[in-house]
Amino acid sequence: MNTGHYWLVIGGVLFVLLNTAAGLIWLERRMLALWQDRYGPNRAGPFGLLVVLADTIKLFFKEDWIPPFADKVVFVFAPAVVVASVLMSFTVIPFAPNVVVADFNVGLLFFLAMSSMGVYSIVLGGWASNNKYALLGAMRGASQMISYEVFMGLSLMGVVVLSGSFNLREIVEAQRGGWYILPQCIGFLIFFIAGIAETHRLPFDIPEAESELVAGFHAEYSGMKFGMFFIGEYMGITLISAMVVTLYFGGWLGPAFLPPVIWFVLKTFVFIMLFILLRASMPRPRYDQLMEYGWKILFPLSLVNLMVTAAIKLISNE
Amino acid sequence: MFSLLRSMWLVFLHMFHKRETYQYPEQKAPLPARWRGRIALTRDPDGGERCVGCYLCAAACPVDCISLQATEAEDGRRYPLFFRINFSRCIFCGFCEEACPTYAIQLLPDYEMAEYNRQNLVYEKEDLLINSEGKYPGYNYYRVAGMAIQGKDKGQAEQEEPPVDIKSLLP
Repeated sequence: MNTGHYWLVIGGVLFVLLNTAAGLIWLERRMLALWQDRYGPNRAGPFGLLVVLADTIKLFFKEDWIPPFADKVVFVFAPAVVVASVLMSFTVIPFAPNVVVADFNVGLLFFLAMSSMGVYSIVLGGWASNNKYALLGAMRGASQMISYEVFMGLSLMGVVVLSGSFNLREIVEAQRGGWYILPQCIGFLIFFIAGIAETHRLPFDIPEAESELVAGFHAEYSGMKFGMFFIGEYMGITLISAMVVTLYFGGWLGPAFLPPVIWFVLKTFVFIMLFILLRASMPRPRYDQLMEYGWKILFPLSLVNLMVTAAIKLISNE
Repeated sequence: MFSLLRSMWLVFLHMFHKRETYQYPEQKAPLPARWRGRIALTRDPDGGERCVGCYLCAAACPVDCISLQATEAEDGRRYPLFFRINFSRCIFCGFCEEACPTYAIQLLPDYEMAEYNRQNLVYEKEDLLINSEGKYPGYNYYRVAGMAIQGKDKGQAEQEEPPVDIKSLLP
């Protein structure tokens, strides 16, 4: 890859991602409305698309207030962590055969490391707010993290065993014979559940839980700092959808009548819609229920999945 | 697990259901005829004001948004000199309508009264009076009340006997 191509990829990925995150605000409100027999925002611009612009302008012009009782440095730092960590994760995702920012040999590990950094922003933001609801949200975020992080990593190991690589590009290439959703359907389910918990989306938006904790960890945030948490959440959805597509649905592979990038975007879009549908239809569990479910069912299940996959791989190699 | 998938599918199917939303400024919600909206002062069939300035509405009003001053015309009819409703206070409870003995004050199914200037929400008698008999057509208070006014003495109202002379023994 020459330098020009490299910068083009970085700029393109950043541009597309940030616009996707903004567009998802509109898409989610519109889809939720459709699934609740409403119309959603449909006044500003064609199909209400300009509501994104209105929201952004509103966020910029809101008072950016730091409470006097907050820990100021950490308070300002926390929202940046979530956006930065999610953007870092995107560097290893292969969008098309030649469109990837960093072709790491340990791309999958890098993704796991970076996406688990995101919980720091919740814990730090909740702690620095010095507010009981924010602290409760942060505590729940931490407890949720220790319950899903383990089986999230383990569920991905099945894919690694099958493809024999941590490199995401090679994982996609290894799926030319068949997508990993078939041999790894249990791993996919576990990873998808962990991914929902990772992005703190409903039904696992336990640290936020606006019906119990006001707004949870970002109760004290306003203006663009709140906007950063918001953008981070939507980019997290995109990230998990992109990862699911890369690892289990053949990434950019697809019939040749569409270019690989389009296949990738289409598949990712389906999973983004699934995320929104989950929000429209699922109730929120208690956080001890999530931990129990994670440790007693999903963790052993992912171990069994890994062991069976490895055994089959060993037998078929002999 | 199956019930979760089933509920997701059912929610998905809602995409093809009919929308519940009224697209308000273009499409208005159908209001019942007795919906409690804007307050109006109605007139009797002859075109005169029904309000007799009894202050019962002002007394019944829980937020004290009605103020009026009663006066009397030369023909003996009472009427309000001014009648003022502050709609920025009004809670549209309809107590004034219930309290009114002459069916003068009535609530109409109209709610589009938004104003940019707060002072414009204070409605005077000229704004409140409408050229209609409202929900009680044909009702004329002075025709059924026993009160004497010019052109109608005591005992001349509808379904009213002439007054009995209690000082006379004649049948």
